[in-house]
Amino acid sequence: MSSTAEITEATEANVDQSKAASVRPTSWALWVRQTLAIVRLEIRKNFLSRRALLLYLIAGLPIVLLSMLAIFPPPTDELANFNELSQVYAAVYGGLILRTLIFFGCAWVFMNLFRGEVVDRSLHYYFLAPVRREVLVVGKYLSGLLATIVLFSITTVGSMLILYFWLFPAESQSFFFGGVGTGRLLSYLGVTILACIGYGAVFLIIGLFFRNPIVPGLVVYGWEWINFLLPPLLKKVSVIHYLQSLVPVPMSEGPFAVLVEPTPAYIAVPSLLFFTAVVLVLAGLHIRRMEISYAGE
Amino acid sequence: MTAQATIETRPSTVDSPNSDTLIVFDDVSKFYGEVLGVNRVNLQISSGITSLVGPNGSGKTTLMNLMTGLLRPSSGEVSVLGLSPSDTEQIFRKIGYCSQFDSFPRGATAREFIEFYLLVHGYSRQETAAMAQEALERVSMVDAADRKISGFSKGMRQRVRLAQSIAHGPSVLVLDEPLNGLDPMARAEIIRLFRQLADAGMYLIISSHILHEVDMMSDTVVLLHNGYVVAEGEVHGVRDEIDEHPIQILITCDRPQVLASRLFEHEHTIEARVHDDRKGLFVKTRRPDDFYLLLNKVITEQGLQVESVSPVDDDLNAVYQYLITSDRMQN
Repeated sequence: MSSTAEITEATEANVDQSKAASVRPTSWALWVRQTLAIVRLEIRKNFLSRRALLLYLIAGLPIVLLSMLAIFPPPTDELANFNELSQVYAAVYGGLILRTLIFFGCAWVFMNLFRGEVVDRSLHYYFLAPVRREVLVVGKYLSGLLATIVLFSITTVGSMLILYFWLFPAESQSFFFGGVGTGRLLSYLGVTILACIGYGAVFLIIGLFFRNPIVPGLVVYGWEWINFLLPPLLKKVSVIHYLQSLVPVPMSEGPFAVLVEPTPAYIAVPSLLFFTAVVLVLAGLHIRRMEISYAGE
Repeated sequence: MTAQATIETRPSTVDSPNSDTLIVFDDVSKFYGEVLGVNRVNLQISSGITSLVGPNGSGKTTLMNLMTGLLRPSSGEVSVLGLSPSDTEQIFRKIGYCSQFDSFPRGATAREFIEFYLLVHGYSRQETAAMAQEALERVSMVDAADRKISGFSKGMRQRVRLAQSIAHGPSVLVLDEPLNGLDPMARAEIIRLFRQLADAGMYLIISSHILHEVDMMSDTVVLLHNGYVVAEGEVHGVRDEIDEHPIQILITCDRPQVLASRLFEHEHTIEARVHDDRKGLFVKTRRPDDFYLLLNKVITEQGLQVESVSPVDDDLNAVYQYLITSDRMQN
């Protein structure tokens, strides 16, 4: 232990420092700095914690499956014909990657941003820091976004390139470097990013509002899955409707689907971003009044 | 706080012109649904060491969580040095809270843990490094600073949490059972640190259910029971009240009647009752230290065969029961 004199001196200095800090002006610069610090800390959790293992499994699944498909191609006409590949990938992307893997990946990451900390009994460290709770919401959301966008972008790009280049290397060269391939790839990438933004917002708020977020998460999953059966107006109360409007190759939704015109990109993209902004504001309002009582968690 | 140590159930009136220099609970109640956390608490806490004392469930942690904004009062108001706990940006530059929650970010070292949250305060990397180092020095954890917390003993983890709570140089330090898990030497060191921090003008609010620790380090105490403040005041007065509380001791021996007659020769023995089986003796005394000396003497002189000596009600609940009862009788 330090000597009494040293400690007294240091404490007095700290009290002064505390006073100095307390008059530090609140500014955007400070909020940005705090946000970046939260993002850095959370990124480490999102990528390196035990919880991240499930995310890696989810994100890696299509790459593994499509690699298997490329190594052991089934005897179907679709995979024997290059022109059919766009439909195959549309089905893989729409059915597996977008509706299932990105959905559950985002659920896992974003619901755990706050709920996971409550379960781990570590949220109070953030709540006891001199940071606006809204800044905490933004920092945590951005960290989740970074993790899911990075991983699911790799999934999107990786699975598409594997499917094309492994099965039809020559045709794929001209498709990507001289045709529409790169444009489609970027479109899928854009949809992936928007999916992470939209689903991220949905699951952030579910994780904040519900002690057990699994049931509401499954309700949302069900709602998104039956979207093709819903009447046109209700279709628009979903994330998947806007995302499907943006995919470059529409996926067939089957004979029972209620068909509607896709929402144009200039409406779909701002709608998703607006929805996300509204959700973040709600999350900010909620967290300002949030109490921490770990008992019963 | 009152200078006297009378045991009185208050609501005392909170009406201070200097609330900027006090921690104030103004008629604060907190309910968890239908369950009472604390009820109509009125307190003014000034600098120095203030201990919140009470058995489990008495409301100590609730008061601390209300003070730090982790909980919001159901009614009433809390202010810390003139600031509301909801003003997070300002108040947490002045408050450090070492909670009871024994949780840490996975895989973090002690130094990283402290630096992480200093970065969230908005300090630069250089500042956080220097502040973390200083905090670790204060709790004698420099040697273990770069080891993972997951490998630490409970006492070391307690010290790391303490370092984290003082790292940003707060003027108010809230400590929930801070001596739990510490060995006697570490306890003595940490108590000395608390004393030094208090002497430097800090406000230390410490919860404990171990009375002799409270006695050793506190300037003032607040006694809580079932969510109510049952007493508050300078520690000496409360200690005197506690000292007057007779403790009951059971002695199992071969000739309890002989022992009883000898013990009655001394005035601090207020009751001696032979057990029904005639193999033991219940003794009530106001001065246990003197009693034990006398007991040793009698045993030696009389050649008694003593099987066991055990205090029957020397626990906090018994003391509380006494304090609460005496409080009711006074009122």
